[in-house]
Amino acid sequence: MTIRIGVVTFPGTLDDRDALRAAALAGAEGVPLWHRDRSLHGVDAVVLPGGFSYGDYLRAGAIARFAPVMEAIIDAAHGGLPVLGICNGFQVLTESHLLPGSMIKNDHLTFICREQRLNVENNRTAWTNQFSAGQEIVIPLKNQDGQFVADARTLDQLEAEGRIVFRYQDWNPNGSRRDIAGVTNEAGNVVGLMPHPEHAVELGFGPDSGAGPRAGQDGLCFFASVIQHLGALAAAG
Amino acid sequence: MARVIVDVMPKPELLDPQGKAVAGALPRLGFTQFQAVRQGKRFELEAAGPPAPELLAAAREAATMVLSNPVIEDVVSVRFDHGADAAAQDPA
Repeated sequence: MTIRIGVVTFPGTLDDRDALRAAALAGAEGVPLWHRDRSLHGVDAVVLPGGFSYGDYLRAGAIARFAPVMEAIIDAAHGGLPVLGICNGFQVLTESHLLPGSMIKNDHLTFICREQRLNVENNRTAWTNQFSAGQEIVIPLKNQDGQFVADARTLDQLEAEGRIVFRYQDWNPNGSRRDIAGVTNEAGNVVGLMPHPEHAVELGFGPDSGAGPRAGQDGLCFFASVIQHLGALAAAG
Repeated sequence: MARVIVDVMPKPELLDPQGKAVAGALPRLGFTQFQAVRQGKRFELEAAGPPAPELLAAAREAATMVLSNPVIEDVVSVRFDHGADAAAQDPA
């Protein structure tokens, strides 16, 4: 059975094509979803890609959160559908209350684009189970509103429950609280992060790595993880 | 016509990066009186008819649901703009 991964396009989305391509390179079928779709067309997982949905007007992700397709995704996510929010997609997930916290403008006020080292702290989620715990990965980061914030009680709770999935290594590129780059919900099916795994999936087009210039493919593991997760669920069911 | 003004500000405990940048620019222009700036948002919601209490209630609901994000922002005021009628009727 081929796993079908839906990728949502909102007006202003940038990275939908890259996410569809990443899904295909990982061995899944990428299924384009439109923001006005009320149905998820039977996909097994959903990626909310990066970009500037609705021009980031009001707040990043604030208007996308009320798109028709989001109603279906929020319902399905509560039922266990794996959902990955990347960059603007992460912002949409916090605005949807599927993930805690919010993102504000980078503390240095400028757009940033770099190859970012991350530590994988939680390898038990639907999207990270093929990483080893504590694994260091490098994927691109590019954003303006990337500073993750939440109140101290929420941050303590996230730490205590192991829900901080990724932390920035070497340098905190946006002032995020406690170096948080990505978090998950309690069930581990919804994951959001600011950096972009879909841009590190193909030799010659990824970040520099030990294997050579532009050879980094750490992003593939996100998609391999969800394929493994869904395969295990199907086998158990 | 009725106009409801909704003011939203970043939470006081959060550093407001945009306000901080403005605060940095002011002294360079000679405005040395101001030590701190916080930047918020003002929404003007227009509706046909008189300024009825239900409009204010609806605006409060919209302010909480979508115009602000309670994780990072506070709705500091929801009120009628009582100048709206006069301005709309003023031919000038």
